Formats: sequence, structure tokens, C-alpha cells
Amino acid sequence: MRALISAALILTLAGCSNLGVKPWERGTLAKPEMALDSSPLQTAFEEHIYFSKEASSGGRGFAGGGCGCN
Amino acid sequence: MARDKKISRALSAAAATLLGSSAEAGLLDYDFGGQDWDAEAAFLLYSESDGRVSAVAPALQLTRTIDTDESVTLRFTLDALTGASPNGAVPSKSVQTFTGPSGSSDYRVEAGQTPLDDTFKDTRAALSASWTQALSRENTLTLGSHLSVEFDYLSLGANASLARDFNQRNTTLSAGLSVSADTISPVGGTPTPYAATAVDGDDDQRPDNDQNKTVTDLLFGLTQVIDRDSVLQLSLGLGLSDGYHNDPYKLISVVDNNGDPTETIHENRPDSRSRQSLYTQYKRNMNDAVLNTAYRYMRDDWGIRSHTVDISYRLPAGTGWWQPRLRLYSQTATDFYRPYLLDGEQPTAGVDSSYASADYRLGEMDTTTVGLSYGRDGDRPWQLSVEYYLQTPKEPEAKIGSLRQLTLAPEMSAVILRLNLDL
Repeated sequence: MRALISAALILTLAGCSNLGVKPWERGTLAKPEMALDSSPLQTAFEEHIYFSKEASSGGRGFAGGGCGCN
Repeated sequence: MARDKKISRALSAAAATLLGSSAEAGLLDYDFGGQDWDAEAAFLLYSESDGRVSAVAPALQLTRTIDTDESVTLRFTLDALTGASPNGAVPSKSVQTFTGPSGSSDYRVEAGQTPLDDTFKDTRAALSASWTQALSRENTLTLGSHLSVEFDYLSLGANASLARDFNQRNTTLSAGLSVSADTISPVGGTPTPYAATAVDGDDDQRPDNDQNKTVTDLLFGLTQVIDRDSVLQLSLGLGLSDGYHNDPYKLISVVDNNGDPTETIHENRPDSRSRQSLYTQYKRNMNDAVLNTAYRYMRDDWGIRSHTVDISYRLPAGTGWWQPRLRLYSQTATDFYRPYLLDGEQPTAGVDSSYASADYRLGEMDTTTVGLSYGRDGDRPWQLSVEYYLQTPKEPEAKIGSLRQLTLAPEMSAVILRLNLDL
């Protein structure tokens, strides 16, 4: 598992120089639905639910906490 | 229109208060009467099966774009919970009686039923503010803070992140720090670890003091544009939580060799927890449909190892879109998860160096979420999601006596409804 993740990371980093687009090629990427978090309010609800119900939290953003959730 | 102005003024005053006096002068330089604040409302309805927890949560988010490279976001959330939550004790072949946390109310649990504490009721109010500002062409700074208040819990936090663009903005590296200080004021006082709960109104001894917890998180991110249609994100998270981690309302059953409960005691968890996570997300546009995939691996020093996969696919349909979604989560148990303790095995009351909790959320468990969203884009986008959430905790393999005929880790399902609209 760990080796796989490391390999993926290294490949990604090594590939970075060849990746990407020119500024005028960003039409699609600029669409709201292409934002990595296209609905932060919905994400906040989700994180709150799963924080309360599962033993893992965060990862995508700060794990936070801030509730005595049952 | 006059009403709009009034609301704007009230909002601007609230914003100025939140951001402190130093930001006040700057904020008030702008015209609040116009369309400067972008408001978004959201509503969450969460309802568990079998009369367990129900939650209703309205939220409001206000975003003020001050310049192309500066913005302020404020978020208010209310969270009202009712219903019943498992108290951690095992079911029994006879009727059981428990004393509520306040010590004043007893509740009865029928034979064979999972003990649920129905005295549970809570309202949470949360407020967060963040400010994003470009420091230069490549660097962006985000500062944030949050406040979350419940009658028995208070959380106050601040965070800062710095993002730097490289390679014609195709690569972004970021680093962030978040610190949160939480105060827990257990109803009825802080329970002594492993002390027996009250029987028939006979109060157990509890110091009536507040407990604290400090949570520090570091987050490192890499965002990479792959091509015109796809983007990849990798995040590494490191977290350390220090202080009171017990759930003051969770109990553990002590059972005899026949599997019959002899007493119910309070749990005890370690006073620190360190977490590491790796999160990766890949988003791809395919002829205006959007595929979003995410995977998270998380581990902590309590013994939790978890995998989360989240996949959604957004399909355009006329002026709107549909989005089916699947989330799969799987966790191992913490080292100190004990569905029950055998009589004689329980630590002496007050022993803080030994850990045990029967909270099923710390046990081995798989969960599945399936959902469908429908939304409309345009000037006032909105979206509605309906989701079904199923928790399948692992039933302990070796059970003793009469517990063999009973389910200690029942499945739990919930329906989640989420609405989001731009105002």
C-alpha cells in the first residue's frame, strides 16, 4: 500500500513539468463544477456528519472537530 | 429594496464585529447597499432509523469579493439534534435501567434492545470567518477562525494557509496550520474513569469541572492541472489532539460468565491522539459531464486505519444536472475498543492509565453512502441531494453466555437531505 502511494506521488511530481495548460486553455477548468470543492457549504455538512459517526475526519481540509457530537 | 438595505447594513455590522476593529475601517469603505455580498443558504436534514438521532441544520454563507484577489467569507450554522444515541452498554435478556447523565432521569431499555440514551438533545451554533488575500502574483494567504457553541461543548479555533502557484499556475503547493481549543463541560460533571454509574438515583461521585482539548492540524497540499479537462489534488494531513478525549456519556457493560450485566461503568480513552492522512482527488470533465473521484487513507495511534472512496458523476440534463454518488468507508477498531468487559477484568475506578471504550464508532465498521443530486446552474444556482447512509459495524466474534443470542453491533441507517441555494 505504502509503496504504491509513494510510487504514485513520485510519478505525479516527476510528471508535473510536462503537465498543465496554457492560460487560454482554461475554459473548462474555470467552470464552477470543476472546482475541487464546488460546494463548500455542502462539504462542511458532510464532514460534520462523518466526523460525528466515524472514527476518521479531515484529510481533505483541516480535520477540525469542535463538537461533542454523539 | 429598503428591506434589502436593512439586511445589508445588519450584515455589514455583523461582519465588522466578527472581523474585529482593524478590519472594520476597510470594510466600511465599501458600499454594502449593492450586490457586494453573495449569499448562499443551505439546509440539512439528517434522520436515523429506529428513532435514533435526527438533526436539522440550516446554514448561511456570505461571501464578499473585495477585489479580484481578496475575499471574505462568513458562515453561520445551527444544528439541532434530538433522538436517542447508543450509550455503549450491551443489550441484555432482561430489562435494564440506566440513569441519564444529569443524574435526575432514568430510562428503561427493554430486553434484547440496544441501550439508547433518549435523554440526548443538543443544539449547536457555529460561526466561521475566513479572509483570502493574494500577497503577490503567486502567493495567496488565507486566514480563518471558528467558534462552535453547545451547552456542554465550546470550540474556538484559528487557521492560516499559504498557497503558491508555479508553472504558469498549473501547479499549486500549499501549507496550512489550524489550532483549535475545545472546552468540554459534561452534564452532571466529569465522570471518573471506570466508576460505576448511578443506580436508582444514587449519584456517582463526579468532580464538576471543565475539561480541555487542543487540536493542532498541519495540511500540505499539491494541486496539479493535468490537461484542459482534468485536475489532481494530493494532500497530506498531520494532526495532534491533546487533552480530554473521553465521551462523558458513553458507558461500558461489565458482564458475568453468563453474559448478564453486573454493572455499568464509565469509559476511558488516551489523552492524546495523533493522526496522519493522505487524500487524493481527481476531477475530470468528459463532454460536460464531470467525474469526481477521491480516496483517503487515514491512520492514528489509537489503532484506527481507514479507507474512504468517494465517486460522483455529474451529468448535464437540459438546464440542470443530475449527480449520482457513492461513498465507501471502512475502518479498523481502536486498540482499546471493548464491546463489554468481563467481571473482574474492569480496572479500578479512577485508574487513568488503562483504556477502554464500548463506543461502536471506535470499533471495526464499514459504511456506505449512496446519493442522488439534482441541480440548476445559472444566476441563482441551487441543488438538492438525497442520500442513504448505512453503517455496518462488525459484530464481536467471541461473545459470552446469553450475549451470543443478542446483537451487540446493530446496523444503522440514515436518510440525509441537503438543499443548497444562492440567494
